[in-house]
Amino acid sequence: MQFLIRGFVLTNTVIPAMSPRQMAWRRFAGHKAALVCSAILGLLVLAVVLSPLTTRYGVNESVKAPPNSYLPPSKLAWLGTDDIGRDLYSRLIYGTRVSLLIGLFSAFISVFVGCVVGAVAGFRGGRFDDVIMRVTDLFLAFPFLVALLVVRNMFGSIGWLTFIVGEVSSLRFIIFLLSFFGWMGVARIVRGQVLALKEREFIEAARASGASRSYIIKRHLIPNSIGPIMVALTFSVVGAISGEATLSFFGYGPQPGAGATSLGLLVGQAKGAVQTGFWWIALFPCLVLVIISLCINFIGDALRDATDPRMDAGK
Amino acid sequence: MFRFALRRSAWAIPTLLLVTFLVYIALRMGTDPLASYMRSNPRATRSKIAQYKELNGLGSNYVTGYFSWLQNFVTFNWPNSIKGSREVWPELKDAIANSARLGIAATTVGVSIGLTIGIFAALRPGGKRDVAVNTAAFVGISIPPYISAILLQLLFAVYWSKWFGNTLFPTSGVYPPGQDGFDLVLMLKHMALPTFVVAIQVIAVYSRYMRSSLLDVLNSDYMRTARSKGLSEFRILMRHGVRNALIPVITIAALDIGAIVGGLIITENIFDYPGTGKYFLSAFGNGDFPLLMPLMVIIVASVLLFNLLADISYAILDPRIRLD
Repeated sequence: MQFLIRGFVLTNTVIPAMSPRQMAWRRFAGHKAALVCSAILGLLVLAVVLSPLTTRYGVNESVKAPPNSYLPPSKLAWLGTDDIGRDLYSRLIYGTRVSLLIGLFSAFISVFVGCVVGAVAGFRGGRFDDVIMRVTDLFLAFPFLVALLVVRNMFGSIGWLTFIVGEVSSLRFIIFLLSFFGWMGVARIVRGQVLALKEREFIEAARASGASRSYIIKRHLIPNSIGPIMVALTFSVVGAISGEATLSFFGYGPQPGAGATSLGLLVGQAKGAVQTGFWWIALFPCLVLVIISLCINFIGDALRDATDPRMDAGK
Repeated sequence: MFRFALRRSAWAIPTLLLVTFLVYIALRMGTDPLASYMRSNPRATRSKIAQYKELNGLGSNYVTGYFSWLQNFVTFNWPNSIKGSREVWPELKDAIANSARLGIAATTVGVSIGLTIGIFAALRPGGKRDVAVNTAAFVGISIPPYISAILLQLLFAVYWSKWFGNTLFPTSGVYPPGQDGFDLVLMLKHMALPTFVVAIQVIAVYSRYMRSSLLDVLNSDYMRTARSKGLSEFRILMRHGVRNALIPVITIAALDIGAIVGGLIITENIFDYPGTGKYFLSAFGNGDFPLLMPLMVIIVASVLLFNLLADISYAILDPRIRLD
């Protein structure tokens, strides 16, 4: 009898040990759409990082001597030219660079602030928690564009603030503005996570062994909620990119200077091109924006599945 | 129940006052109402300017200024718009009526399609239909409303007439220029594209909500009980499944009003549809304080109202929730 059980154990427990990270990676790799999206996004980022090599013309360079405006896609300009004869393909790569920069920076700031505020609010509870959550609820329920425009103008009129974060039309200001709205969603997620975790035994053990509040937050609560935080990070990137595009679309976006453009500005140009029928000016910037947000959304979704330990229970 | 509703409603009024006070400050700082008045009316006399300041509560102090604005607002002593000095209420009323029509149409279409799709997806999780619905919903969420609007405009304004020689769906306004009076068919044709753009977002969001909510319900014990009682599959699904799955969805629906208004603002501007979105952006661009404040009050009030409805409906629909 004993022999049988031992034999059973011996033949069936040859499972290689896997760390949680390896398990998460295995689950992520099982998500085909997310892998394809990662590859597409990786190519795009590569094209943007190597931008002088991958582009064919400068930001403001015309493809040839006039007449060069509104040329349809051809060998000379792969995706056609705009109203003053600039290559749309090269401008799209330069624009994606600016938009990705805005997206990444404001997503990181949002996630950092959101983690701190959410963890403290969830861990301490009480009055601070109540006030913070009421304020975020109200902001999240408000129409995004209205809130964005009103707050943008208000911040733009405060002298000392524009001294720190730059003028209304600068990139720094846009990053600040989008982070100002971005941290709330993250804070709410982190708070929920902390509320669920803080009653667990290992937190009690840490507290019993004399760990300070900030140590518990930094060493136990944040690392244990890293999955939802990473998911929030990906969605923040999409939110910031599309926020910038919305602002630019209505003419309240950043003016990245003479030597640059942004996806939002290019999509804004599309609005004018629609009625005249220059389809390439409308189609390609929109397509790039949709591809970016689709890819990041898919990756975020796969990350959510991958970092959720309950996902293995069903298999 | 009644006391709970009453207490929550009582809280809404101070919140409304506080938020409108903050909006008042934000607009005063951000749009500089006095400077924009001077810009639009360069030859205004000193007494006109004084009257404008008085009616809008633009004194030097924000607190007393807010209360004098509030007094004029609640007594319907509304100042005229700075550009062209028009009365605000008729314009606002029309804008709200147009937006409400579009919003209700889009929400009705979107929610009914979204819920149906979500139910079908949840019936066989992991099946072909489920994967298709999930992917489609993802694509729908990833396409911002201005992009779907631009692409639809390109298709219908330029290419449809080129290919088929007629205009199926007009791409701007509520009526063609020169049309007066009511014409249902024309109106519906003009509303089709903007409704579709807003509805895409609604469908994408609600099919996902409904799917995950119904999946939770289908795995619960009372579903097994219902099945063991021998009820028909359809009856189990409708009476026990969908009805319980709708509880969280309804709550989210009430909280979603901000997102729908936001979508309307963008869509209306692209399709040149005379609703609150166009009203807001043109007033904001002009720094038109007398036009902006009433709209903001209405937006804030509706956000609070729907928040309240969400709480109350949740309490009514789910008997497990304790109110006190």
